[in-house]
Amino acid sequence: MAEHPSRREFLRVAGGVAAGLGLGAVITVTPARATPAAMQEAIRKVVGASKVSPGRVKLEMPPLSENGNTVPLTVSVESPMTAADYVKAIHVFTELNPQPDVVSFRLGPRAGRARVATRIRLATTQTVVAVSELSDGSFWSDTVAVVVTLAACLEDA
Amino acid sequence: MAGALINVPERAKRGEIVEIKTLISHPMETGYRRNQSGARVERDIIRLFVATYNGTEIFRAELHPAITANPFIVFSTVATESGTLTFKWTGDNAFSVTESASITVD
Amino acid sequence: MTPLRGLWAVILLTATAAFAAEIPRAERRSGYDFMSRETRAMQDDDTANPAMLWVLEGEALWRRQVGAAGRACADCHGDARTTMKGVAARHPAFDAARGRPVTLEQRINGCRAERQQAPPLAYESRELLALTAYVARQSRGLPIDVTIDARTQPFVDAGRATFYRRQGQLNLACSQCHDDNWGRQLAGNAIPQAHPTGYPIYRLEWQGVGSLERRLRGCLVGIRAEPYEFGAADLVDLELYLMSRAAGMKMDAPAIRP
Repeated sequence: MAEHPSRREFLRVAGGVAAGLGLGAVITVTPARATPAAMQEAIRKVVGASKVSPGRVKLEMPPLSENGNTVPLTVSVESPMTAADYVKAIHVFTELNPQPDVVSFRLGPRAGRARVATRIRLATTQTVVAVSELSDGSFWSDTVAVVVTLAACLEDA
Repeated sequence: MAGALINVPERAKRGEIVEIKTLISHPMETGYRRNQSGARVERDIIRLFVATYNGTEIFRAELHPAITANPFIVFSTVATESGTLTFKWTGDNAFSVTESASITVD
Repeated sequence: MTPLRGLWAVILLTATAAFAAEIPRAERRSGYDFMSRETRAMQDDDTANPAMLWVLEGEALWRRQVGAAGRACADCHGDARTTMKGVAARHPAFDAARGRPVTLEQRINGCRAERQQAPPLAYESRELLALTAYVARQSRGLPIDVTIDARTQPFVDAGRATFYRRQGQLNLACSQCHDDNWGRQLAGNAIPQAHPTGYPIYRLEWQGVGSLERRLRGCLVGIRAEPYEFGAADLVDLELYLMSRAAGMKMDAPAIRP
């Protein structure tokens, strides 16, 4: 799992046993993490001065993921998807991954339905936010908290 | 691995919304991992996915390292006419893969 | 960390007591059953299962002519969808020339050497995984059916002995987790019963496809034991035992596992 440097580095640098079980000498490693503030800043970059209202967006993720490497995600937005009224974009952000941006989808009336799915990485238990931009310039969002677990037996590869 | 796995219905009715699923082989190396000697493994990801329908862009995704290896993207489009859907993935280290699928629209 | 230490302590304490008991046949469950709904959905959909990327590559490799003999698998074996049906479900299988059971990977490399005059594919190489994924796919839905007879019995017994033997710095036997504590949580994942119905698997932790031997070596590293080399007799015998322990269970290769 890419973004879990603290645990990985325990096993490699400390030679495995002690660090893996939390026994003996512990080498502290500062994990690379974004912060909730960094996520807000990333959202601000996308929406500018506009207000983001909760609603109309549905972010579906499992509340507990079996492995942070691969967490399925689906976002749908209520919209008639006509030339006059459609979803322009859907952006996904995380709070505590090393960087807050995850993906930006660009849609349009030709999509027919505003619904996209993918699989993402989550470095740790955290909040995921989906922000949608509509053709009228308004922004809407949904938020999900996901608990992330680790594989029990990390290998040396 | 095989480059990509595309799932597009072969036929659709005019006006029908069709779901398209795409899967492509790629490690999506984040740039945050370290190798055995402690050195950072350089970032190597797909950054852009663009879908076109008879030459017109219908969908685009801008990817960051948080997208899982072997990126899976599902989206939809309205079946407007028979023709070709083209999918292009581009990224770091001059990565570029293009695949197409035909659709017959009645 | 702390809950993990706590659980290890519990396991070590309870394990000093009685014999590990084999899981009754009726209680055997595939690793599939322990997964979340989302992961199962990923496995069930061939258009969304990343392991299919390897299967498709395997299909292309099946038709590629290789080696000094310039032969493709297809030249002898024809359409894999027919000829390879049930093959993965029967491996490891006894190889008369070698006088011992061999894995599917070893069988493929044997064919490459003898029939294609091509060099062996490295363990865990993209090509070997693609070919085994493609062949194993042809056994999907079929019951595991390894042959246990006078010839293979000694190897099954050796594999069983390994399964029940304490190993590594943590001094744990496979049975202590997989017979005695299956279903309980270990660092956020349920401990499965260790039936190899889905191999080669796309493991979410690896973000790629890997073989049963890779997984077994990973487990051995996890209990701080020296992992057997790929293709080692100890590993193949253990695989044979695991497949015999899972006899009758349906293959679901190539599976997804956490």
